[in-house]
Amino acid sequence: METITLTVKKAPELYLECENFNPDTFAGKTAEQIANMPVYQGKEMSTVGEYFTVSGSTGATAAETKIVINGDCTKMKYIGAKMTAGEMLVNSSCDMYTGSWMKGGKLTVNGDVHSFCGLAMKGGEFTINGNAGNYLGAAYRGDWRGMSGGVLRVKGNAGSDVASWMTGGTLIVEGDVDIHLGTHMEGGKIILKGNANRRVGGQLVKGEIYVFGTMNVMMPGYKPVGVVELEVDGTKAKFTDYIGDLGERHPKKKGETVYGHLYTKN
Amino acid sequence: MSEYIIKNGHVFDPVQGIKGDKKDIAVKDGKIVEKVGSSAKTIDAKGKTVMAGALDIHSHVAGPKVNAGRWYRPEDKHFDSHKKPGITRIEGGKSIPTVFKTGYEYARMGFGFVMEAAMPPMYARHVHEEIHDTPIIDEAALPVFGNNWFILEYLKNQEIENAAAYIAWILRQTKGYGIKCVNPGGTEAWAWGLNCLTIHDPVPYFDITPAEIVTGLIKANEYLGLPHSMHVHQNDLGNPGNYTVTLDTLKLAEGMKPKNNFGREQVLHSTHLQFHSYGGDSFANICSKSKEVMDYFNKNKNLTMDTGNVTMDETTTMTADGPFEHHLHALNHLKWFNVDVELETGAGVVPYIYSPNVTVNCIQWAIGLELALFSKDPMRCYITTDHPNAGPFTRYPRVYSWLMSKKVRDEFLHSFKTADKVIDATYIAEIDRELSLYELAQMTRAGPAMALGLRKDYGGLAPGMNADIAIYNIDPDKFPSTGPEIEKAFANVAYFFKDGKICVEDGKVVDMGHKHTFWVDVKVPENKQVIHDIREKFLKYYSLNEGNYPVPESYAPHQHIIAVDAVQ
Repeated sequence: METITLTVKKAPELYLECENFNPDTFAGKTAEQIANMPVYQGKEMSTVGEYFTVSGSTGATAAETKIVINGDCTKMKYIGAKMTAGEMLVNSSCDMYTGSWMKGGKLTVNGDVHSFCGLAMKGGEFTINGNAGNYLGAAYRGDWRGMSGGVLRVKGNAGSDVASWMTGGTLIVEGDVDIHLGTHMEGGKIILKGNANRRVGGQLVKGEIYVFGTMNVMMPGYKPVGVVELEVDGTKAKFTDYIGDLGERHPKKKGETVYGHLYTKN
Repeated sequence: MSEYIIKNGHVFDPVQGIKGDKKDIAVKDGKIVEKVGSSAKTIDAKGKTVMAGALDIHSHVAGPKVNAGRWYRPEDKHFDSHKKPGITRIEGGKSIPTVFKTGYEYARMGFGFVMEAAMPPMYARHVHEEIHDTPIIDEAALPVFGNNWFILEYLKNQEIENAAAYIAWILRQTKGYGIKCVNPGGTEAWAWGLNCLTIHDPVPYFDITPAEIVTGLIKANEYLGLPHSMHVHQNDLGNPGNYTVTLDTLKLAEGMKPKNNFGREQVLHSTHLQFHSYGGDSFANICSKSKEVMDYFNKNKNLTMDTGNVTMDETTTMTADGPFEHHLHALNHLKWFNVDVELETGAGVVPYIYSPNVTVNCIQWAIGLELALFSKDPMRCYITTDHPNAGPFTRYPRVYSWLMSKKVRDEFLHSFKTADKVIDATYIAEIDRELSLYELAQMTRAGPAMALGLRKDYGGLAPGMNADIAIYNIDPDKFPSTGPEIEKAFANVAYFFKDGKICVEDGKVVDMGHKHTFWVDVKVPENKQVIHDIREKFLKYYSLNEGNYPVPESYAPHQHIIAVDAVQ
């Protein structure tokens, strides 16, 4: 695997839209070619080289390419968006859309990410070593297709509306979340190690949510059906199993109604 | 204004019967002329195809329901909102593009005129604001009448003259072009939680049937002598087995004759027939009845139609057929927008994904193509995608590639997972016909121009006609053989002249032209009854004053008024 390193040399005045920053578009290009690729600031187009020094080399394919980004990226959007393979390491906090529409590969952010990150993620591994903002792993505004695959892990806290419209994959928050976790969920698994605010699993059709900590207020559409012993993300414990959201439509499989499950750790 | 001479191109012009012969086209002062002076700029069209600007007879591009789609689907424009270099603005949106993108994309494909297919009279101002902001292309809008309380009452009592006087009043108030009728009676029934699924289902309260509404509107249209005929979106759209309703509706026009001074030959235009040509009794056994529908259509010269081709894209359906949109939402669970427009109409919007993995969608795709391929008279059968309902208008080049190349369409057909099922349920695999460039010019130029009553100025390249000219990078002697090549050629004109000005060159917009908004002003005998009824309904029911109803001239500053005298 070849490594290409980008180091911030100038902070953008507004926000920089780094839609090309992924192993797929970098693969097979020289450092100089990458420096000449376009980036947008507002409606104005400039080049990667204007804001970054680029060094190292890329592999022939995305899978053989690793991108390391150093310097302050708090005003950079779309880093790692749409990546399908390879590796990315960002040693900074990032702005919106980081790791969104990701299909494969490994993306690690050593810092915080802003809202709307990991949107509609389809595959790969996305690890955030800091905190995340709102709408993590959710659907894009207006869309009904949220995270559908892969593993998204946040070491810190996340904001509100995490995993809205999730249909698959695994999302793990090791800290706390704000309101609206897993709204409209139709599949997939959310593991919350910390506490949740209100409205967990509202309008949930299918899927599983595991809550290790407390919930400020439980949704009224959930019904306890028993206690089960489970191993969740390496922790063995007893959980109370709730089915729901009973106010929502639910599909049938072999004559049986399929409910979503909310497990709370006893 | 500059003069041009387009030399050496292969000209396809049904108006003059030119089928690909090399002919020079001279342009002066926005019109096509016999000849120009020696100072005229020469455009070399050697090895290229020259046609008149195309016309889209049915497209939803402006107004409140299009805008509802835009604001409730931000995801439709997320990935393509960067500004391209040049004079164009940011172009956002795929199935519901911004007004700017709408104008640019139509011009890039060589279109000069687009009919907005459904204008709710109450929101006509909004329609005209958007039309005014759509660059390059000429446009007009059809107000909807099929569920209007005045119309339902007048037609119930067989008062054609009153209905006609009211229509003339609405056309003037809304700067409208003609009579659109969407799910006759069904949208009004929807306000009562019902629908009209055959032409004999009575409309609640009004106690009139869709058949009476359609017949009455055709009569009123011919009484007025409007440039366009009655334009119907029939009952029972999208349901298996609906082709019998379609044939019943088409039969209502039997024996009726067009009466107008515009050279229009039809009394009824039946739109997006693809959605109305289904057999079977459920989505499990839905099949094509395009042959049955076209057999009838081909024999009856007083009808025109457009196809409504499914393009297999993610799109946004929108129609004044409110009950249909609710039905669709119940099928796909995607977000549903619904509105009732007081005494006039209603509308619904639901996103929809046409997928090659869904057999029903593949059958719909086949039916749309079959309709065009079974057509015996290309002057009466027009290609549309009912934008954005069956697909975005930007896919016309792809639809052309399926219609003009059996190889391209068969490749796509056989790429379906359930190709065998699709072949069993349709006629598409048996059809060898490939449309020629001349037939394409009939279906997209001369034909729709005739049906819209615009044949004097649009749809051809004869001297005296508007200099709307599309030059494509297509050598008819070496017609491209692959789908992508055909698409690329039709999506990016080499040149597009609008009113004698080059607006697009090499697929790039270089001039915004001078677009016009067309509307029809009909003079009718004074009708005190209708004026009284209008006063009364505004006082009793409308949420706005009559004085605030008309569209002021400032909303359509570049208007082109077609005057019609129905007094004689």
